Amino acid sequence: MRIVVPMKAVPDLVEEIELTSDGSGIDREYLKFVLNEWDDQALEEALLVKEAGDAEVIAVGLDSDPDIEQALYAALAKGADKAVKLTGAGEAPDTHARAEMLAGWLGDQGADLVITGVQSPDDLDGQLPPALGARMGLPHVSVVTSIEAGADAGTVRVRQEFSGGRSTELSVTLPAVVGLQAARQSPRYAPISRIRQMMQAGGIEEAPLSPASGTSGLRVRRMYAPESTGHAEMLTGSPDEVAAKIVELLSARGLVKG
Amino acid sequence: MSNNVMVLCEHVGKRVTDSTYELIGKARELAGAFGGQVEVALFGPADLAEQLGGADVVVNVDDPSLAEYVPECYERALMHVLGEREPRLLLLANATIGLDLGAAISVSWQAPLAAYCVGLAAEGDTLVATCQILGGKIMAEVETEGTKAVATVVGGAFPTEPGQGSGSPEVVTVSVPDLGSVRMSLTQTFEAQGGDVDITSVDMLVSVGRGIGSQDNLETVEELATSLGVPLSASRPVIDSGWLPKSRQVGKSGLKVKPRAYLAFGISGAPEHLEGMRSAELIIACNTDEQAPIFEIAHYGTTVDLFDLVPAIVERVQG
Repeated sequence: MRIVVPMKAVPDLVEEIELTSDGSGIDREYLKFVLNEWDDQALEEALLVKEAGDAEVIAVGLDSDPDIEQALYAALAKGADKAVKLTGAGEAPDTHARAEMLAGWLGDQGADLVITGVQSPDDLDGQLPPALGARMGLPHVSVVTSIEAGADAGTVRVRQEFSGGRSTELSVTLPAVVGLQAARQSPRYAPISRIRQMMQAGGIEEAPLSPASGTSGLRVRRMYAPESTGHAEMLTGSPDEVAAKIVELLSARGLVKG
Repeated sequence: MSNNVMVLCEHVGKRVTDSTYELIGKARELAGAFGGQVEVALFGPADLAEQLGGADVVVNVDDPSLAEYVPECYERALMHVLGEREPRLLLLANATIGLDLGAAISVSWQAPLAAYCVGLAAEGDTLVATCQILGGKIMAEVETEGTKAVATVVGGAFPTEPGQGSGSPEVVTVSVPDLGSVRMSLTQTFEAQGGDVDITSVDMLVSVGRGIGSQDNLETVEELATSLGVPLSASRPVIDSGWLPKSRQVGKSGLKVKPRAYLAFGISGAPEHLEGMRSAELIIACNTDEQAPIFEIAHYGTTVDLFDLVPAIVERVQG
């Protein structure tokens, strides 16, 4: 089985997000980018599928994403068989453009399964897995928490999760696209030394993309940080002073003995 | 093309979900502005139309393959209904079904999609959506081009009451061809696992997020929960790491809680988490990142390190 894992680098949400001076978008220049956490889950699940049977895992990234090489080398260090950087993706493509370009490249790759993160923090025009599924005319399932070999050859069993902890199991005929919510185990860790080895070996292949022709049909008027409508009253002081205030708040409501 | 606003009805068993009513309420307002009607697409038995009094028209597809949610069946049925009814706007809840279908419908129906909507307004013929992105840190105000659009709406963004009308909508039955040729089937359904405690029915919760760092560190907050005599709950990353059982998860894909007090440690406050706990009577949040979105909805907050703060609270409680 051939599994392709499209990965995306996204702004690190731990950092403060700066907007461009005209407020029409995110200022990417000084922003730190990291691998989309759901793509990390997707890679983990792909590696678990590989370990459970006979599969090849190919991690792919777009050259539009800052530091995507880092994620691709890490994928190799974790056990991906191949890493491909797709070139000519343009600047900051949205989900619709990504889906169109990836569908074009995937067309002749013979992938049985495309596993990618269920969402990314900046996919304003929607999520990649369904867009890709629709573009490629393939069945697709999102919010998935496990993928295992199916009872029949050429199928997989996927578990799809719903609000409130309900879930279902679906049998899906391959080829298919899966949007992963969480892998069956936490994403494995790749030691820095191993990532360095991969970098020295220069194991990333490159392949060109055909540019996207369509647009998302969204026009951004402005972006802004949400106004603080009811910001928390901040408790300051030493840990002991803050603890005292918290206990006071709780005891005033009869929730602890004061 | 019509000026109607269509809502996809979601139901769990025989009960229409709150998110569906939230969408119908907003659809009423938008359809009024566009000069159209509210249509609700109802897949499965038509008797649920009784619960859809807020709609003008219920478009029902009652096919055995739609009795339960199977993504490809729903997608085909919805595409067929969109083709038949040609609404101005399709509203989906930004939960599993919306995440499954939204972008696929956008591509196939060739309509722009605004995701993570927390605001929707009609300005003349233009649909303006306010979307919450980047973990709730940025709002994007967008216009959708063209004469049709799809929006996926964050749970709790709109009230349910305006969508719970008591009218008697016209029921239109539509049949969908070729649902037999889908490439997936439902093999099992798992109801929510009952846990050792029901976190939705307690007065207070001590809740922990990614900031806890490791499973070993859980002991710190566990001690606090024990000393307060309340259960420990958590946000998604902690559950996904397997540090606490699923029955302890607060948030969109976990449980919605409304305790008298919610103590959040190391939780940044992603929109998915806030959806599950924002109605708590008292929210006290501890996070070293003063920009963390949790502080926007918490009543009290502190940036003191949880590993310093929690033992200090324990000491006072045990006093």
